[in-house]
Amino acid sequence: MGVENPLGENIITTSLDALVNWSRKSSIWPMTFGLACCAIEMMATGASHNDLDRFGIIFRASPRQSDCIIIAGTVTKKMLPVIKTVYEQMPEPKWVIAMGACACSGGIFDTYSVVQGIDEALPVDVYIPGCPPRPEALLFGLMKLQDKIMKDKNSFGSAIGLGERIASAA
Amino acid sequence: MATTETMTLNMGPQHPSTHGVLRLVLELDGEVITKITPHIGYLHRGVEKLSEHRTYHQILPLTDRLDYLAPMSNNLGYILAVEKLMAVEVPERAETIRVIMTELTRLESHLVWIACHALDIGAMTVFIYAFREREAIMETYELISGARMTSNFFRVGGLSQDVPDEFVRKVSDFIDSMPGYLDQYEGLLTTNPIWLKRTIGNGVISAEDAIDFGITGPALRGSGVDWDLRRDNSYSGYEKYQFKVPVGENCDTFDRYKVRLIEMREACKIVRQGLDRLKPGPVLADNPQVCYPPKENVYNSIEGLIHHFKIASEGFPAPEGEVYQGVEAPKGELGFYIVSDGGNKPQRLRIRPPSFVNLQAIEKMAKGAMIADLVAVIGTLDIVLGEIDR
Ligand code: SF4
Repeated sequence: MGVENPLGENIITTSLDALVNWSRKSSIWPMTFGLACCAIEMMATGASHNDLDRFGIIFRASPRQSDCIIIAGTVTKKMLPVIKTVYEQMPEPKWVIAMGACACSGGIFDTYSVVQGIDEALPVDVYIPGCPPRPEALLFGLMKLQDKIMKDKNSFGSAIGLGERIASAA
Repeated sequence: MATTETMTLNMGPQHPSTHGVLRLVLELDGEVITKITPHIGYLHRGVEKLSEHRTYHQILPLTDRLDYLAPMSNNLGYILAVEKLMAVEVPERAETIRVIMTELTRLESHLVWIACHALDIGAMTVFIYAFREREAIMETYELISGARMTSNFFRVGGLSQDVPDEFVRKVSDFIDSMPGYLDQYEGLLTTNPIWLKRTIGNGVISAEDAIDFGITGPALRGSGVDWDLRRDNSYSGYEKYQFKVPVGENCDTFDRYKVRLIEMREACKIVRQGLDRLKPGPVLADNPQVCYPPKENVYNSIEGLIHHFKIASEGFPAPEGEVYQGVEAPKGELGFYIVSDGGNKPQRLRIRPPSFVNLQAIEKMAKGAMIADLVAVIGTLDIVLGEIDR
């Protein structure tokens, strides 16, 4: 580190990318977007017992204010265009979590009306298995997403319009 | 000359207070609603079709996911229908545990209802409180079945396994503390002027209209109709329990709120009676044609293994015919109608979901109201899209 003792304990040095990544990972604002049973466990994760607020995770009702979308439940063919629209309305940078067997792969519903995994339409960052995943599993998935965000390159540059953000491969 | 036009507004399917993926197309005159058209099907998963390709045992996990706030009530409705078709007798202990669990499920469903309903109207604290209690019920689920929500615990002829020893103590502790929690909710809501303003006189539907629409459950009782399947068309031994069926007077959102709260208190009493009745005994009927063999036999004898394998892979043939079984689920009458052609799978399984029927009344209840009141009406109907779209 370049700056040493004269400044005492009051200064930390870091890279701008790490700073931007750290602020992003500490305030993930997911979209409240419940589709089916998994959404109830998502609510339970946000409620008193598990308390997502301590991670800086606060659910927002508008895609314009969110940077993460948790696909919690069964995606049907009728619903897919809506999800795509919501996803497109979210500002960059944005992340997608597929919560539960249905969102990951269609789950037990191998039928004419169910999309067999949201990754057919959106770029998924974290897959959480389970039917439904326990709140602990969702917490773990969110922590994995935080790890992933910390590995992003050029976060600062892309934020001020210089080049692209380079996402890590998890 | 000045002309006025109505405005069309789309609400949903990703609106936070439409309880999932309900979409309503509203026609508005200023802020007053003149027409509501519900669009459903955003969660259509083809459960009924899927059931035609599953054996009777294999359909059970699908029913968990219909009304995912009350998995055990769905299980019970389906299982009772199959048991009626197969004429299976259920041991007493299994029946009692079923009653205890479905009443806990009623509590759970109503807890999520009060949480969301209050949250939609703007009372955040109730949400935090109600999910705290829900967590205790989820732990009971986990204790007996291993899963928090999708329990899949009942079986044709009884239960998948007996409950562990801590079960009685855990449920008993919870039931003892629940009335105190209910008092807390009442303290936050029943005398809260904002809550009263938002609910009294909102979403009125008369008893005749409610009957004409086919509404069931607390929404019907809130309109003053004294009808509860647990008492009036008893099943699973409910006739042995003493409980009151609350009814409302003013047919509005506040009365439905009161009805549900009293129902929760009554559910606690039923669970207490169930715990008192609980006697040791078998939890699965001795009916080798239909039921799975006990696990010791499966692991220790070749006959048991073959028996298990046969039931798991082929199921059992059901006699030709049709049955209907309705149960009083937390949201209303949940019915399962099975048509059998003599095979090991139903030829047709039709589900009568309470939310689907109750939702029809939304226009009647919210026409002429403001948009903000519509949110209260959606909350009071307590719909869940999993069973509406199936
Ligand atoms: S993964 Fe399971 S719990 Fe989640 S939405 Fe699908 S069926 Fe429901």
